[in-house]
This record gives sequence, C-alpha cells and structure tokens, in this order.
Amino acid sequence: MKVVVNFDLCESNAVCMGIAPEVFEVRDDDFLYVLQENPPEDLRDKVTEAARRCPKQAITIED
Amino acid sequence: MSTVAVVGASLAGLAAADTLRQGGHDGTIVVVDRSARLPVDRPPLSKQLLAGEWEPERAHQPLANKVGDLGLDLRLGVSATALEVGSRTLTLSDGSSLAADAVVLAMGAAPRRLPGPPLAGVHVVRDLDDCLALRADLEVGPSRVAVIGAGFIGAEVAATCRGRGLEVSMIEAAPAPMVRVLPGEIGGFVADLHRDQGVDVRLGVGVEGLVDDGAGRVAGVRMADGTVIDAGVVVVGIGVVPEVDWLDGSGLVLDNGVRCDETCLAAPGVVAAGDVASWPNPLFGEVMRVEQWEHGIEMGEAAGRRVLAGLADEWRGPGDPFPAVPWFWSDQYDRKIQMAGRPAATDEAVLVEGTIEERRFAVAFRRGDRCTGVLAVNRPRHAIQARMKLQASLDWAPIAEMFGV
Repeated sequence: MKVVVNFDLCESNAVCMGIAPEVFEVRDDDFLYVLQENPPEDLRDKVTEAARRCPKQAITIED
Repeated sequence: MSTVAVVGASLAGLAAADTLRQGGHDGTIVVVDRSARLPVDRPPLSKQLLAGEWEPERAHQPLANKVGDLGLDLRLGVSATALEVGSRTLTLSDGSSLAADAVVLAMGAAPRRLPGPPLAGVHVVRDLDDCLALRADLEVGPSRVAVIGAGFIGAEVAATCRGRGLEVSMIEAAPAPMVRVLPGEIGGFVADLHRDQGVDVRLGVGVEGLVDDGAGRVAGVRMADGTVIDAGVVVVGIGVVPEVDWLDGSGLVLDNGVRCDETCLAAPGVVAAGDVASWPNPLFGEVMRVEQWEHGIEMGEAAGRRVLAGLADEWRGPGDPFPAVPWFWSDQYDRKIQMAGRPAATDEAVLVEGTIEERRFAVAFRRGDRCTGVLAVNRPRHAIQARMKLQASLDWAPIAEMFGV
C-alpha cells in the first residue's frame, strides 16, 4: 500500500491525522507530513477511512 | 432479500448506503433524490466554485466515484412525498410507491429565504445551480454585494467576493458573526478579520426588506435602523430548515428535524441522519441537530449500522448509541477556523494557545469539569488533537494537560 497526498489540494484540515496518526501528522508549521509512505497492511482500514474523510479528497491509496 | 430505501443522495444518504454494502447487505438499496443529478459536495459552493477557481465536476461528493460500485437503484429527479411508517412505505413523486424493510431519511435541509416577492439578483447558496447563478451575477461586476447573515455561508461568501475584488457589506442581526457555532463574544475576531479585509460589517442590526429597482431587480437592502445599503447583488445566508414538511402526519416526531433516539432510530425500521436529524448525543447529554459536513458522513454511517442491526434482529435489539464530537472548518481569506465540540454561550472560554490579535490561537470551552469544545484558528493540529481527546471523554483535565494550562 502506497499513500499519496496531492499537496495542491491538501488544506491541512488534519482530519487524516485524527484517524491515522501513525501515518499523517500536521506539524506546528501547519503542513501535513506523511510519516509512512508505505504503511503496513494492518493500517489499511484507517488509511482508507482517512482518505474518505479528507474534506479535500487529497489522499489516494495505490495498490 | 430485504429492501432499504434511502431518501436523499446526500453525504449522509450515500454514507448509509455504503455502510450497508460494507456490512454485507446484499438486498436492494433504492436511493431517491429530488435533484436531477447527484448533489455536489457543498463546501466548495461558497469558496472555490464561487471564486471561479474550480469547475463543477471537481466538486463531487466523497462517495460519488463509488456510487456505480454500490449497486444502487438510484432514482434522481424523484422525491418522496409521504411515508407510511407502520409499513415503511414511501409514496414517490413519480406516482409509484415503494415498500421497504428499512427507510433512511437523509433529505437534508433547505435554505431560509426572505419574505416578499422574488427579485433578480437575490441569491441563496445551497446547491450547484444556486452557486452558478450567483457566480454569473458576480462576474457582471456589481458595485456592491450585500450579504445578509454572517454564518458559514455569509462569512465565506463575503470572503470570496472580496477575493474577486468586489465591495461587500456583511449584515448580521446578532452582535457577532457565526453565533450559532461560535458562542458568546468569541466570534468578534471574525468581524475584525472581515473589517481588515475591507468588508463593511454591520452587526446587531436587522433587515427591514429589500429595495426593488422598479424593474424586478434588487437595488439594495433596507435596514431596520432606516439606512439603505445600495447593492446590485444580495446573498441571503440566514440558515436552513430541515426538509420534513412531507412527513407531517406520518406519526414521526418532528422537532427540530426528525427526532431520533440515541441510535438514529426514529421509528422501528426508520432511521434518520445528517442535517435532517436530531438525536440525543450521549457524549454531551444534549439533543443536537448538526449541520456540518463530516457529521453527515458519520451519522450516515451510524444510521447504516443501525439498519444492519435492525434487519438482523427485526428491530428488537437496543442498537448502538451514536456519540459524536461535532467538527467543522471554515476557510475565510487566509484563516482556517475549526471547532471540535459544541460549546454554549455560558461556557467559560479559556485561551490555551496563541493570541486572538494575531488570529492564530486555540480556545477551549469549559463547563465545570468538562470541556465542551475547542476552537482553533490556523491551528489545525490542535483542533484535531483536541477532537481526539474529546471523542474519548469530555473531561477537562486531558485538554488542560494537552495545552499545558
């Protein structure tokens, strides 16, 4: 699983961080950082949920 | 094989349908919606779409791309006109009737309008057609836009209009903007933000009526204090009303929307979700109706789970309660306003990060030993971390510890 964030769309709403803090982190500079671009399979449900809840639909999951 | 009828192809309606499929429901799911095409995602209507930065196809709902895979019997341009609750039978506007094993009510809400005859140049912003009609009027370059109401829609439309270089007056009868979600005086910073951007902000004064130019087009707004604001375009953002008129006499309790129990159930086999539903939120111990984007998804999912449980036990079991920490964001100029929770005006507002003056801060709302909400302006990390804490419990202590206060 590969997590791809479209940073042209991302508005740092941080919803993803609320759902999958292991993968997504919004830091003090208000930018989103992807902590694991290839998270383990047991995080798939959380990452999928984060992608779905993103208000900007900026997260996609490849494979 | 059971049939579920979903009224409204809204965020909540589609989230419920998706949850049903995810949960293994392999029966029929009929989704009716009175609009002729799938409703668009609403947040961009007052921002990117109105600004002309986006075209409509980009503003699709999160589940729009998935609708084809859900195996829905999607009936667009069809509305429900009556519900027989005992038999869960819907009467539809195309003359047919639909008997279902469960009904999901997710019709959403309709914008309030000003009384009086319709005038050209007066707009609401609720769906794509509204947005495009307003956008076309803005492109003509009116001398001034008057925005009536400084809630989400009013404040965001005002910001977008300023971004287009238009003169803007924002009128609000309450003493501060966004009073329905920002309790007490805290919304004052929103007024200052708009004033700094050159908006003529009028607070605490009502609207008497609109001025007709004599040819059926709006020419201004007549204020309760006798003044007139000349404006070629008027945007009315004075709230929405749940779409429940068609349920009058159905036997469902209609009290600030469709009244549900803690589990989203309005009657055996009938659930409601999203803008249209009020329910006792067990986390807060308050009956709430929440008109927010993510709430539509969350309550739609909860309603979907309630249907799955009800179909399995023939509505005999108690079902799972739906606790929620409401959450919204609003983008105005370069500021992102986010709130987790639902504070009241009587709660103590405690500044926990930053300063109001720099407009980058967080405020936690305290009610005794509980935290009822955290407001964050350009502090998205704090907003979401606070929300995670509140989802676990509304205790004040973990919030105080997190912010070091």
